[in-house]
Amino acid sequence: MTVRIGVVVFPGSNCDRDTLHGLTVAGAEPVELWHEQASLDGVAAVVLPGGFAYGDYLRAGVIARFSPVMRAVAAFSEEGGLVLGICNGFQVLAEAGLVPGALLRNRSLRFLGRDVTIAPERLDTPFTHAIGERRPLRMPIAHGEGCYYADEATLDALERDGQVLFRYVGRDGAVADDDKRANPNGSLRAIAGVMNARGNVAGLMPHPERASETILGSDDGIGILRSLVESAALARAGGPVGVGA
Amino acid sequence: MSSHRFAVNVTPKPGILDPQGRAVEGSLGHLGIEGVSAVRVGRRVELTVEAADVAAARTVVERLASELLSNPLIEAYTVEELQGVPA
Repeated sequence: MTVRIGVVVFPGSNCDRDTLHGLTVAGAEPVELWHEQASLDGVAAVVLPGGFAYGDYLRAGVIARFSPVMRAVAAFSEEGGLVLGICNGFQVLAEAGLVPGALLRNRSLRFLGRDVTIAPERLDTPFTHAIGERRPLRMPIAHGEGCYYADEATLDALERDGQVLFRYVGRDGAVADDDKRANPNGSLRAIAGVMNARGNVAGLMPHPERASETILGSDDGIGILRSLVESAALARAGGPVGVGA
Repeated sequence: MSSHRFAVNVTPKPGILDPQGRAVEGSLGHLGIEGVSAVRVGRRVELTVEAADVAAARTVVERLASELLSNPLIEAYTVEELQGVPA
């Protein structure tokens, strides 16, 4: 039986269809979860897709954070449920405090829609294990607020505790840091994705679903979606969830 | 019950990179203005609260400001009661 994964649809989400398709390619049976519903319909994992939830008014992701479905997502994550936020979904998770840090306006002040290269920091997580090996992954970004920020102490702790999931890298795989081409939004320590301490909630700015088939120009993102799908199936079967599982 | 009008001023915390402030600063030369520095761009939200008294109204505004209008990781806020403004 295929595993059911919920994709939340907020008013203003615009990557929900792409994410549903990407999850299907990754072997799941994805279902839509409307922002006003207070239950997750028993899904095995949840994805918050990209877009401009509630118009991104006030701050990207903040209005969405208070929607009924997010109350259910927070409770689900509290129980150890797997949650992945992509782009705007990452911003929603950060505003909700479900992952550490905040996403600031890009340093250039420009909306950036282009391909970037990221590399996984670790391959033993529910979101990365199916990638197989540490290698540069090419996929698009499309955001105005993607500059990852946390204070120095938090950044140190994230690195120490292995919560940095992806970094922007050059095509050679070297971490981008101050390289404006490779780390175009100016994220601190070139962080493109993070996890919570428990390792069951993750967010990243780049779009794996837009790089989930070769016909799209790259299928480098499919490993991320497949990791989630496989981990969700394992969790549903009563297996261990989380880092190292 | 009485009505009270407030303004919540949200600004980037000290030390947080503010590219908007920097862009404003960068444009000052074009206006021939000198001696202006440390420009920080924030947001001002004005609102009316119906409550038992001004203290109760302020409590509501404080909650709103800290939970919704600002992100405590990156932004600071001040609450200001607007006197003599029709609520």
